[in-house]
Amino acid sequence: MLEIKNLHAEVDGNEILRGIDLTVRPGEVHAIMGPNGSGKSTLSYVLAGKEEYEVTEGSVFYNGVDWAELGAHERAAAGMFLAFQYPIEIPGVATMTFLKTALNAQRKARGEDEISTPDFMKLVREKSRELKVTPDMLKRPLNVGFSGGEKKRAEILQMSLLEPTLCVLDETDSGLDIDALRVVSDGVNQLRSPERSMIVITHYQRLLDHIIPDVVHVLSKGKIVKTGGKELALDLEKNGYADYVDEEAA
Amino acid sequence: MAAVQETIDQVKAIDVDQYKHGFVTDIESELAPKGLDEDIVAFISAKKEEPEWMLNWRLDAFRRWKTMEEPAWARVDYPKIDFEDLHYYAAPKKREGPRSLDEVDPEILETYKKLGIPLSEQEILAGIAPENRVAVDAIFDSVSVATTFKEELARAGVVFCPISEAIREHPELVQKYLGSVVPVSDNFYATLNTAVFSDGSFVYIPPGVRCPMELSTYFRINEPNTGQFERTLIVADKGSYVSYLEGCTAPQRDENQLHAAVVELVALEDAQIKYSTVQNWYPGDADGKGGIYNFVTKRGDCREKNSKISWTQVETGSAITWKYPSCILRGDNSQGEFYSIAISNGHQQIDSGTKMIHLGRNTASRIISKGISAGVSQNTYRGQVSAHRKASDARNFTQCDSLLIGDKCGAHTVPYIESKNSSAVFEHEATTSRISDDQMFYCQARGLDEEEAVALIVNGFVRDVIQQLPMEFAVEAQKLISISLEGSVG
Ligand SMILES: Nc1ncnc2c1ncn2[C@@H]1O[C@H](COP(=O)(O)OP(=O)(O)OP(=O)(O)O)[C@@H](O)[C@H]1O
Ligand SMILES: [Mg+2]
Repeated sequence: MLEIKNLHAEVDGNEILRGIDLTVRPGEVHAIMGPNGSGKSTLSYVLAGKEEYEVTEGSVFYNGVDWAELGAHERAAAGMFLAFQYPIEIPGVATMTFLKTALNAQRKARGEDEISTPDFMKLVREKSRELKVTPDMLKRPLNVGFSGGEKKRAEILQMSLLEPTLCVLDETDSGLDIDALRVVSDGVNQLRSPERSMIVITHYQRLLDHIIPDVVHVLSKGKIVKTGGKELALDLEKNGYADYVDEEAA
Repeated sequence: MAAVQETIDQVKAIDVDQYKHGFVTDIESELAPKGLDEDIVAFISAKKEEPEWMLNWRLDAFRRWKTMEEPAWARVDYPKIDFEDLHYYAAPKKREGPRSLDEVDPEILETYKKLGIPLSEQEILAGIAPENRVAVDAIFDSVSVATTFKEELARAGVVFCPISEAIREHPELVQKYLGSVVPVSDNFYATLNTAVFSDGSFVYIPPGVRCPMELSTYFRINEPNTGQFERTLIVADKGSYVSYLEGCTAPQRDENQLHAAVVELVALEDAQIKYSTVQNWYPGDADGKGGIYNFVTKRGDCREKNSKISWTQVETGSAITWKYPSCILRGDNSQGEFYSIAISNGHQQIDSGTKMIHLGRNTASRIISKGISAGVSQNTYRGQVSAHRKASDARNFTQCDSLLIGDKCGAHTVPYIESKNSSAVFEHEATTSRISDDQMFYCQARGLDEEEAVALIVNGFVRDVIQQLPMEFAVEAQKLISISLEGSVG
């Protein structure tokens, strides 16, 4: 279970998150929506452990573990996964190599044996087929020259391979064409399970037709200003954020 | 790149500041007294039972060396070397030169075993496919202690032996080619080497022969206060091919040790030489104390038409490296290549690069240099590409990339380009980059710790060059890269 209490965080001395409270139980999918610049990506970075983001107040616990005690790589081994809004290029490192290195690093951190090469190959082939990631992409350096949609699919491929229990998807739907949106959503839905928690950040109700959330939150100026069911997303789509944002300003 | 995981394990197993090859072998050795004069030169020559012409050649070099100045143009900084405070000859006590493996001191065999280089042919043969075998010449301080697979090579007509033996047994070949690429008074260190070199490897590949296995020399400095001056000569006769590997280590010592080697390559018509180096001399400790001064002259001569010489180097060790493996493209249609990975960490200083001298018609050269600097190190690429008046249609492509880790190190690129023929086409590309915080965070968010992340990103950066190395060396090189970057982050 993820428990975020009164979380304040700043970057370069600017306070971006101003008191977030959020609990995500195992098996739940929460959607976070909100205007540009409201702090959605910041929240995802703080959860994943990006160093430049300083928590100034409040706390994050995951399965009873104080997240403040763990560095980014330890959080990953403890089940955290962030699908980046803007995936990073790693020149010269084949996607396949990256996947294997990441998987083995996590297994080792958990005291498990490395995966054998044949088992790994089998796993990758199966998962990449589901996500329509071509063998050619697996050979290319990670994210280098990938199209926007290819990058997003590669993120979800990593997620399905690493099998995290706490998934944060930051605008995974942006840049996807209609078919890719379905493929990626199917991939995400397959990972839905009673022990897995998900936070899905998006601007579009469209994604939530495919990945149906249990709870929808509206983030504005670093705070959750509204929480509701999946109908909240429909309402936002129709009326925009004005109602909630104003409420906050008043 | 399954090697990355292996690499990482290795890094973990080692404490920071612990050079893996830093052990000392306890053997009795025979040392020349410190200092250098004509008597010492004559002593070395006598020890090697050399003919008169060889002694005279050395003495000539020594006299010229006395008149020369240490070069000061490289971007490296070190206290003046006291050339009188060095031993110029050290040999494990026992018989002169190895007649067979049984005569090699077991302590020495053990040393090479620890370094992962078994010298017993049975051990080498166990579990290795024939095409992956490597014949090794092992040089311990000043002498060659063992050369493997000599008989099998001899059946193919290949000569692979210590150079001291070649001087005695193949004088006509040695006299014809030794000093023909790097002349006696080429530069301060090469001239010193000519006067005092004690051993090294000699290779001759007869016409039309493709050498049946990789040849390798493994250098080890053991004795303190000893200079190592080895001399390597490789001649590939018409239409032949050879791939040669060189590896080096030294114990961890507080004082600096001098290594001034000379390597000469000669490729005749249609011949090809591929020379790969993994240089891992002791780099000094975290405070910059100790380490090897690696002042090396390496040059290849594409002497006849359609010949080709490729240098590939992975330079991770040494306190100071000063080295420019070069190609003289004399034959028409000849080709030269230089692929380099140079890593500096801690207080290391590297000034390395290449020279491509285009003399013949329609010659081509290619330079790919990857410099990685970390810690407070300084890393300079210095390269010269020149086309002679008669070198019509000379072509060069140079790609020179620097990667910086942290903000206390330096990377410098010094290209000299000179063309006396208007048909020459020289291209030069250079980049300098840093490992970004975003790349680090991305890798860490996937479960890699800082060192694993750096190792992965650096291995990606050097991939083009690693691919040029023979398979076994590539794996070793990747491990070395990670080990030498240990402690470069955080
Ligand atoms: N290094 C920084 N220094 C100052 N302000 C920053 C820094 N990084 C981010 N911000 C600001 O923090 C705010 C929140 O950014 P964040 O990326 O979290 O927004 P977001 O909700 O994800 O927006 P979008 O919907 O456009 O992706 C923005 O106003 C941004 O400009
Ligand atoms: Mg965002």
